[in-house]
Amino acid sequence: MPSGAEELKFRDPEKARALTEALEREVDAIGRSPVSVMHVCGSHEQAIARFGLRASFPRKLDVIMGPGCPVCVTDTPEVDEAVALAAQGARVCTYGDMLRLPGTSKSLADAQADGGKVEVVYSVSQAVELAKQRPAEQVVFFASGFETTAVATAATILAGVPENFSVLSSHKYVPAAMDVVSEMKETSIEGFIAAGHAATITGWGIFEPFARRTGTPVVVAGFEPLDVLAAVVELVRLIRLKRPEVMNCYPRCVSKDGNRAALDKLWQVFEVVSGNWRGIARVPRGNLELKPEWNRVNARHRFRIDTSVIGGAERNLLADQCICGAIMSGLARPSQCVLFGKECRPETPVGACMVSSEGACKIWHVYGGHPDLREVA
Amino acid sequence: MCLGVPGKVLSISDDKMSAMVDFFGVKRELRLDIVDEPVQPGDYVLNHVGFAIRRIPPSEVQETLALFDQILKEAAAGDLMAEDVRGEIASGKERDRA
Repeated sequence: MPSGAEELKFRDPEKARALTEALEREVDAIGRSPVSVMHVCGSHEQAIARFGLRASFPRKLDVIMGPGCPVCVTDTPEVDEAVALAAQGARVCTYGDMLRLPGTSKSLADAQADGGKVEVVYSVSQAVELAKQRPAEQVVFFASGFETTAVATAATILAGVPENFSVLSSHKYVPAAMDVVSEMKETSIEGFIAAGHAATITGWGIFEPFARRTGTPVVVAGFEPLDVLAAVVELVRLIRLKRPEVMNCYPRCVSKDGNRAALDKLWQVFEVVSGNWRGIARVPRGNLELKPEWNRVNARHRFRIDTSVIGGAERNLLADQCICGAIMSGLARPSQCVLFGKECRPETPVGACMVSSEGACKIWHVYGGHPDLREVA
Repeated sequence: MCLGVPGKVLSISDDKMSAMVDFFGVKRELRLDIVDEPVQPGDYVLNHVGFAIRRIPPSEVQETLALFDQILKEAAAGDLMAEDVRGEIASGKERDRA
């Protein structure tokens, strides 16, 4: 059984205490409650929940997980395409969490149970190896992940892939979703915490136009508990000072320009197109699709994908009650869902957020069901 | 997934396209197509889905490793962060190389 949230142990308790006190002062000085900030990374939610960080946040501060789980925002029709390809005989390779992500009527795990060839891989390179080993088969890599992960897909394509290998892209571009969420009238997000390792690739400079345009400050944060705490302090300070700037609180991994070589490869292969993010909205420029010159490795062009073979949706009464979309938009917490921890559990997920290790519901469930200890105090 | 995992470069392939890397005792081969600067044996790199995405500056190695040490050593069964880190380690290619 999972352990649940740990008792809070900082490597440097004195530094942690100083940061906690500074955070309290900054939030008090703003004079509103709550002050709401959003992070967009499953690993940040894992760190916050696992290390019990919310216990050291002031009560007047809400740190909310937004659309930071690439598996969770992969839309139902995208899963349907992968399921249909498996039903049509292709060998579909994908990252592990994608297996149980629900489609309209089936997940890839269901397709596998039906006799479809579905493989879990940890790297796109492993999918290419499978294609080399099985030249008589069509191997499709169902590619999920944000821009950091898309870079690996791009590099693989540029390095040359076997003729029987193709990509079904559900790669997503995070900055586009930050725009959408910050413009939602129902939310009142005053600042964003950007994911440190994604920014390793993109650089922190990518958030500057967003900060200027929306008047919302952004801090780039690492994943160590003290890193997260320090970044939240800086973010709240920028909110108090009404300074819509970008601050890099993770300089040991992130530069302003990012990894140029990797970005060059990304944009040689991918372009941004509009697409639906599951449960959230249509996100202009939010999906990464292969450019037309790569149509020969694009499964959507190589195959006639017939999603009618997988059958229509049966009305799922549980799914009707799922509030994953509201959770990923920052409008609700996992514990506010009537299904959370009851009908919807990691073994029997109803919504996408309970499927992935980066989904808010799974993270809250594994780390004790209610990691915001302030609410149970 | 977006956590990545740091490891120490043991050797570089002759074509300079891949490196053998030690991740907390597990040896895996990583691609070097997209790393931000040239790496040498002894350097630490951050691995994401089988690719080195960054050479970790020597001054930052210890602080970077500390988090991962903590995640892996203290993890209970089913710990999500530890599972993600192990998944990242598994993304490298298994291959014996002298």
